[in-house]
Amino acid sequence: MSVRDVAVEAYREALPVLLLSAVGGLFAGVVLGGMEAELEQVAGLIVLVPALLATRGNVYGSLGARLATGLHQGLIEPYFTFSDRRIRNAIVAALANGVLVSVFAAVLAYAVLLTLGRPVATLWSLVGIAAIAGVISGLLLTIAVLSVVFYGYRQGMNPDTLAGPVVTTTGDVVGIATMLFAARVILALGGG
Amino acid sequence: MLPVLLVLTTVELASGLVLDTFESTLLQYPSLLVLVPVTIGMAGNLGSILAARLSTAFHLGLLDFSPDDDLLLGNAVATIALSLTLFPLVGAGAWTIQTLVAGTALDFVTVVLVATTSGAVLAVLAIVITLIATYAAYRLELDPDDVVIPVVTNTCDVLGVLVLFGVVLALV
Repeated sequence: MSVRDVAVEAYREALPVLLLSAVGGLFAGVVLGGMEAELEQVAGLIVLVPALLATRGNVYGSLGARLATGLHQGLIEPYFTFSDRRIRNAIVAALANGVLVSVFAAVLAYAVLLTLGRPVATLWSLVGIAAIAGVISGLLLTIAVLSVVFYGYRQGMNPDTLAGPVVTTTGDVVGIATMLFAARVILALGGG
Repeated sequence: MLPVLLVLTTVELASGLVLDTFESTLLQYPSLLVLVPVTIGMAGNLGSILAARLSTAFHLGLLDFSPDDDLLLGNAVATIALSLTLFPLVGAGAWTIQTLVAGTALDFVTVVLVATTSGAVLAVLAIVITLIATYAAYRLELDPDDVVIPVVTNTCDVLGVLVLFGVVLALV
């Protein structure tokens, strides 16, 4: 293949997925743009934005990949049930990883900001926001990944190619929206 | 999986600190705040798609690391073309949505120019980093699928914020 053929093929393959993720990212941006007040009131919250978004992508992207592999190997059935040990373990592991890593990010962000002498909210505010956002976004993304991967598989689609775009489009929006919600809860409880 | 996640999270906090540094500019011009998640995401996605394609080519024995390698050049060209197609749209989208939702403080041309310039710089950086990471994995006899994609995605995330910051400083 010539350089031109390679470039055209790579371009065509990647464009639809990138377009989808651009739309998802823009929606996430709109929510972030509307979050000015919370970002100003909770000093240091903006430091958590990239880390929490990446965690959503890493953890629930991996959940989708695991479910897809299990489906391909015939180890799980494409119907949601808590009595299936493999499905249950995959979900519990993803939720635990997601919440643990979010809280870790909050503690580390607090420590770094304190060390640098930059303004920072109280430790429990940042940890509380990370934990609440971690739990709610985890539940929402688990439902999104499970339904799309299982439904797509039942319709004869390849779950491997579905899991990625679902997580890239919904992960950012759900990630930012749950951060906004969690920040409002913590501010209402007197944090900040 | 947990140790990898903790390392990646620590790397991501670096880009969070950059955001914290220019928070006042971002809060002054919310159209730039709208660009943050999409720039981070697109930079990471451009890098991870290129890395996945080069890893596969490498596994199939189709890739050599000479500068006139057709696969290498073709994928690099596609990455730049994708960036130059999508980032102007992203800028236009960000400005339009922000104007509809809240009114806007920056003009259309500035936002599109910020997005396009950031996208072009990020595409070049994504190519350089993916090539270095894939070549390093090959020399160290590591599986590029395991190593290159997480490294490239997270490095591009951090660079996404840095480049956006640099371009905003230069243009706004």
